[in-house]
Amino acid sequence: MGTQTRQTLKGWLLASPLVVILSIFLVLPVIAIVVVSFWGSTAYSYYPDFQFENYTFLLTSSVTLSVYLKTFMFTAITWLLCFLIGFTVAYFLAFHIRSLPVQILLFMICTVPFWTSNIIRMISWIPFLGRNGIANNTLLSMGLIDQPLEWLLFSEFAVILAFVHLFTLFMIVPVFNSMMRIDRSLIEAARDAGASGWQILTNVILPLTKPGIMIGSIFVVTLVMGDFITVRFMSGGQSASVGRVISNEIGLLQYPAASASAVVLLITVLLMISIMLKFVDIRKEL
Amino acid sequence: MSERRPFSFYVLSVFFAVFVLFLYGPTLTIAILSFQGPSGGLTFPMNGTSIHWFKNLFEQQAVGDIWGSFRRSVTLGLMVMVTTVVVSVLGGLAFRTHFRGSSLVFYMVVGSLIIPSILISLGVGILFNIVDLEVHWATSGFGSQLTWALPFGLFIMFAVFNRFDRSYEEAARDLGATPWQTIRHVVIPIIAPSLIGVALFGFTLSYDEFARTLLTAGTFNTLPLEIYGMTTSVTTPVLYALGTLTTVFSFFVIGLAIIGFRLAMRKTKQPLPLD
Repeated sequence: MGTQTRQTLKGWLLASPLVVILSIFLVLPVIAIVVVSFWGSTAYSYYPDFQFENYTFLLTSSVTLSVYLKTFMFTAITWLLCFLIGFTVAYFLAFHIRSLPVQILLFMICTVPFWTSNIIRMISWIPFLGRNGIANNTLLSMGLIDQPLEWLLFSEFAVILAFVHLFTLFMIVPVFNSMMRIDRSLIEAARDAGASGWQILTNVILPLTKPGIMIGSIFVVTLVMGDFITVRFMSGGQSASVGRVISNEIGLLQYPAASASAVVLLITVLLMISIMLKFVDIRKEL
Repeated sequence: MSERRPFSFYVLSVFFAVFVLFLYGPTLTIAILSFQGPSGGLTFPMNGTSIHWFKNLFEQQAVGDIWGSFRRSVTLGLMVMVTTVVVSVLGGLAFRTHFRGSSLVFYMVVGSLIIPSILISLGVGILFNIVDLEVHWATSGFGSQLTWALPFGLFIMFAVFNRFDRSYEEAARDLGATPWQTIRHVVIPIIAPSLIGVALFGFTLSYDEFARTLLTAGTFNTLPLEIYGMTTSVTTPVLYALGTLTTVFSFFVIGLAIIGFRLAMRKTKQPLPLD
């Protein structure tokens, strides 16, 4: 056996547990969804078939378009806020904190919530945003409003707030990682050449941070596009998103319809990611 | 170091402080509110202070099967943790060989991370239905959670092995170590601190996982599913008490990981024992 063949065999052998798990729980399920999206359904069950009814219904329904537009809106606003906040926080940590232990400590503070429950973190907004919550009471006592604001909790505002709360760290981590790899002498050189702090930020740091920004963006975009819990919980069931439509169809046991919706969602997300991947080679970033 | 701080430093410090408040404020709020008096509600003002709602958690009729779901979540978390560590190390070692077809596996891992969770939930549910298997948290739920935890573990291992100094292994081989001895006595001790990180990801991502477990857990709920069920039916601070307890538990796990990490680091720095 040649060395090349032996290496390949060894590689596949070591990767086999990974390949088996992902084949059963990722590849096969996606294939199952694609197949079932062509099946027919009755009120209680579904049966093998090959028909396009699920897709024709989905793609000609006016609801689909409006739900997608709403989901894109959630995605765009959340992405923008996550980017602005995430970039600023990462920039502060990477370039303004001078001692490594402090840097690590502050970075940990930003990442710890990632290891706690998202559901609990959503529930935590109730006492703050509720009708008699902290936000309303503060604004009332300051005399800024006469009546409690009704749109704080269970609204699209709350949905976006929760998204930003949950997902900003997906932006901070890769952006911070990219920033820490920037050779500090480049910044010295820019300063020596007379660049202002702002010019260094926009002409040196921002371009070199692009890979991190793209990885963070891929996370934020896919998490928001596929979300169904945050939208349901934070809007009090009043707002729609693509994920929620699918989860409702699942709730009604309409698996073929849910599958067709899922296929369209997957294609949409993959298209968005392939555009973003044009800007970065992920394998180089590890 | 004595260089004067620019003005932007102070602006950004305030920004950072506000961000941390935004990150932790809500969690702290429900922690305080979980000590509401027995007649207290979901928002301020506090109606006295008590541990009434924590006691409530131990009464079966008030909250359903939270302790059962907690046990299941911890068990499942440990299962996912061990599997993630083992599979990620093997996967990391595999990718070092640059085997033919490795990009295909790599894109599978990336795909696993970016696929909307609801597709895993739906797809695994359908798959089990088609082959006529009962969905259960320890089978379908376990596998679905791995699709979320494994990519994180693998990416950590990729990063670790990319920075790994291979001369240690060559030295071991020159001294006559077998491949297994090299892995066991040289590679594993050096990467041990990172393995603690992988284990932390494996456990917590499973313990808090919701979207991929929703349709794949079967009859018996995991804790996040149980909590989600409670949000529609429970309107007392008992929900906050439960939230506070699981957050404290998460912090406890993170604390354990930090201690483990430090111990492993200290061990790595020591000269290797001669045996």
